[in-house]
Amino acid sequence: MALSKEEFLHLCRLAKLAPDAEKREYYGSQCGNILAYMDKLAELNCSDIEPLYSPVELNAAACPRGGLHSGRADEARRIRTREEILANAPGRGGEGDEFFLVPRIVEGRA
Amino acid sequence: MSKLYRIGLRESRDLLRAGDIRAEDLTAACLARMDATEERLGALLARRGAEALEEARALDAARAAGRMPSVEEAPLWGVPVCIKDALTLRGVPCTAGSRILENFVPPYDAFAVKRLREAGAVILAKTNMDEFAMGSTTEHSAWHPTRNPWDTDRVPGGSSGGSAASVAACQCAGALGTDTGGSIRQPASLCGCVGLKPTYGRVSRYGLLAYASSFDQIGPMTRSVEDAALMLGVIAGYDERDSTCLDAPVPDYAAALAGADLRGVKLGLPREFFGHEALEPGVRKACGEAVDCARSLGAELVEVSLPHTEYAVAAYYVMASAEAGSNLARYDGVRYGHRTENPPTLEELYVRSRTEGFGEEVQRRILVGAYVLSSGYYDAYYRKAAQVRRLIRRDYDEALARCDALLAPVSPVTAWKLGEVHEPLQMYLMDVFTLSLNLAGLPGLALPVGFSGGLPVGMQLMGRALDEAALLRIGKSLAEALGTGGQAAPL
Repeated sequence: MALSKEEFLHLCRLAKLAPDAEKREYYGSQCGNILAYMDKLAELNCSDIEPLYSPVELNAAACPRGGLHSGRADEARRIRTREEILANAPGRGGEGDEFFLVPRIVEGRA
Repeated sequence: MSKLYRIGLRESRDLLRAGDIRAEDLTAACLARMDATEERLGALLARRGAEALEEARALDAARAAGRMPSVEEAPLWGVPVCIKDALTLRGVPCTAGSRILENFVPPYDAFAVKRLREAGAVILAKTNMDEFAMGSTTEHSAWHPTRNPWDTDRVPGGSSGGSAASVAACQCAGALGTDTGGSIRQPASLCGCVGLKPTYGRVSRYGLLAYASSFDQIGPMTRSVEDAALMLGVIAGYDERDSTCLDAPVPDYAAALAGADLRGVKLGLPREFFGHEALEPGVRKACGEAVDCARSLGAELVEVSLPHTEYAVAAYYVMASAEAGSNLARYDGVRYGHRTENPPTLEELYVRSRTEGFGEEVQRRILVGAYVLSSGYYDAYYRKAAQVRRLIRRDYDEALARCDALLAPVSPVTAWKLGEVHEPLQMYLMDVFTLSLNLAGLPGLALPVGFSGGLPVGMQLMGRALDEAALLRIGKSLAEALGTGGQAAPL
């Protein structure tokens, strides 16, 4: 299955990727081959089959106590300091470098 | 005692506890082994030699002061291990083999890593991997390829190829890998070691850099089945920070091996695997001999069918790519990781940071993921793949209702040469024997069963949900009879 140039550029926009012209051709043809192979799934009639998005519930059925919890109690916990969270930021701003820095997204006073 | 680095995980633990060897000497021996072999292998990324030695010395001092914890409290006390670079270790660079995380230093330990540390293990290094675990050769690491210790012209498999090569070359006693589509079992098989993919939900994924969240599992890679059992017992268990982590009792896997025996055990041989056209004659022969060995030990062998096997590759790559595209959306150049220089707009910041930071295979899968999830294609691809996933799980459930475990080859071929397989689709098809178990979410134990052309051949035991103990018992009996337990690469 060949992907049209427009289709491929649409995928790049969705994926927030911008391969150069040479790579676009290369990825486009490989993705086309991969998607063509995936069309194999169309051979099967699955109209009455419930999708299985995760095996976790089936596996939980094998647990003596049910196996799955809805998560921890909904209470705020401080598990990292601000500095720990900011330490890996490639760009920081603010007087004490306490913000993630991004390009301006709203117009207004500097 | 010479060649301390060759001692397995369980044995080194016992020698350390008995005071027959010192933790510092064992750690130093493994670090020296790394120095001697790493240039040829490229199995490792960040190393922590000085810190590891310091930790080992502290253990020796604790022992001298009579403060050695009990074996129940610290079952891996003083044992040198490595962890795949997809898992966080506080304060040590963690890249998942990707340039986009070049300078990322995590502020926390992954659950499995924390468990290893609490058990007394000494972590020596992070191991190399295909970028974000997407690959079957460890050639798709942004840093360098890893080579197979049995033949350094060949790949170690992937994506946990660094862990497999490191264990097989005796750089460490055991390592953690991760398995999304075979990434523990296939490199273990190609490098002649043992690798266990636990049941989906058995081990918390907290601190694992996500690739495909409904598939990813963390598991042990070792030189013996017994060592894998010991390591699994340490990392398994409930963790409230992973909503898919199962709250189920953790058996004493190591104790469950006592008296392991194949008499009366019923093993299913999936016809679609043994009859597969891609199965190389040498691999088929080695697997056939292992099957004969199991029979001679009293196991009953029956043929079973997994009729939807031929759809597994397509279903897996649809679902895993879709999940990868979603998971990798977090890499935006803002909070961590690579950021492009001087982006004029926020959109350009995202797009350029991602395009510069992700490698080819990762970009390909993100694009495929975007396609199968996009409007108009979702039902035909993503939902359809999820329906096929249920059929595949049913196949396994039906086969496993008739027997204790399934026994099958891991890889249709032995390790191939670096650069030999170029086309992505050709590479995906090499995973034909491992992917379906991840779709099903069931456990698999890969163990070495022999050789073909001087290269290791592995087989996998596949079992029911949470029945890792059965796989380990069967695997131990088989490996002992075949004489493949504890083997090390002749590097």
